[in-house]
Amino acid sequence: MTFLNILINASYYVLSAAVSLILIRNIIKTRDAQEAVLYCIILMPFLLRVFHIK
Amino acid sequence: MNNRSLFIVKIVAFTLMLAVIVWAGIEFYNHRNFTETVVLGDGVTTVKKLSDYYPGMKDNINDCNIYIFEGKEPGGTLMVIGGSHPEEPAANLTAELLVETAQVEVGRLIVAIRANRSASTVTRPGDAYPQYYSIPTPWGEKQYRMGDRWTNPLDSWPDPEVYVHYPSKQMLAYMDIRNFNRTWPGYANGSLTERTNFAFMELIRGENVDVFIDLHEAELEYPVISTIVAHQKGTNVAAMTSMMLNATEFRIGMEYSPESLHGLSHREVGDHSQAISYLVETPEPMLDRVRGVTDEHLLLTGKDPFVQKAGEYGLLYEKIGDDGWPIDVRVGRHTSTVLELAQSWSDLNWGKTIKISNVPRYAEIIENGVGYYFANPASVPSTRLAYE
Repeated sequence: MTFLNILINASYYVLSAAVSLILIRNIIKTRDAQEAVLYCIILMPFLLRVFHIK
Repeated sequence: MNNRSLFIVKIVAFTLMLAVIVWAGIEFYNHRNFTETVVLGDGVTTVKKLSDYYPGMKDNINDCNIYIFEGKEPGGTLMVIGGSHPEEPAANLTAELLVETAQVEVGRLIVAIRANRSASTVTRPGDAYPQYYSIPTPWGEKQYRMGDRWTNPLDSWPDPEVYVHYPSKQMLAYMDIRNFNRTWPGYANGSLTERTNFAFMELIRGENVDVFIDLHEAELEYPVISTIVAHQKGTNVAAMTSMMLNATEFRIGMEYSPESLHGLSHREVGDHSQAISYLVETPEPMLDRVRGVTDEHLLLTGKDPFVQKAGEYGLLYEKIGDDGWPIDVRVGRHTSTVLELAQSWSDLNWGKTIKISNVPRYAEIIENGVGYYFANPASVPSTRLAYE
């Protein structure tokens, strides 16, 4: 059980990092200014989680 | 929008996002790593770590300090813990007050100030909780971390869909696997919080603790308030304590620990060790759901117009007047209750006396303020300091 928890925890951080990268890619690629701002806002909690801050 | 304008919007938005992350990140990081300084009173003979009783806690965020007071004469052993729920500050302040002031004449006293240290490194921004609070002292303000009810998710995640309590198999709310007062008696191979409880049980059994007291605060909307919850092994001591306090200092009730409600200290410590267990509650209006502005002022004064209005309509389980429930009153209730429980235990267990002196009681703390009893860390040698 403890091992499974560690595995899920690690997977979660990997997923958070992957979503962060996708969001950054979308910010670069989008042609819509409003979307770019939206992606920046969505990115915040993911980065805070990836860096183990919140 | 042309390419150049779009590029500028993206750069500005990304820069603003980074600035917010850095600003918030520094706040969160500083709170998580904030250190509280404790001045060891003359009565403290040894400071151990929780991992001394269960090596599985070594170098872990919950490897808290255990303060031990050896009495001049042998007797019984009393253990007091604060910080089970770090959003209930009267508990850890009372435990710290004991560490700074208590002298043990007979028996032994064991104190943990931050029983669930991890929960004190996170707070509730969503509930607008303050990150810190300060207690005025004669030498300046002493600052503390405001915490949460649950272990920090950075230290324990994920939660299960349903938390199945060990060993009763009772099903509890999922997040309560991170609630230090729902995971007693703990589990050596469980979550961080369960392992912390297990280590405390090893301590209680290893140090042959006779009386265990878990300090808490409660919202006025909650029926278990201003009371001592007692395991069935210790109802006589709790009843006598309640009677004495009602006659001499303040109104406090006594309740039986429900036998089928698992995970709580008043039930499991008594069931799984030789100790008799008590949980003590004082009123904390900041925990009430109907409260208004949730800030340090409310935390320390216990005064809130919305809670007071609810009180006027008789919707609460405890009275609240114009004076509210200041932190000095709440800490004073706790110190008097701890001292009275020790006295009543000693009266009924002659061979296992616990005699504690020099700890201020209810009236003295209200008169002087709790900060009056905290020594200036700068005025003592570093060997008499501990960090939480």
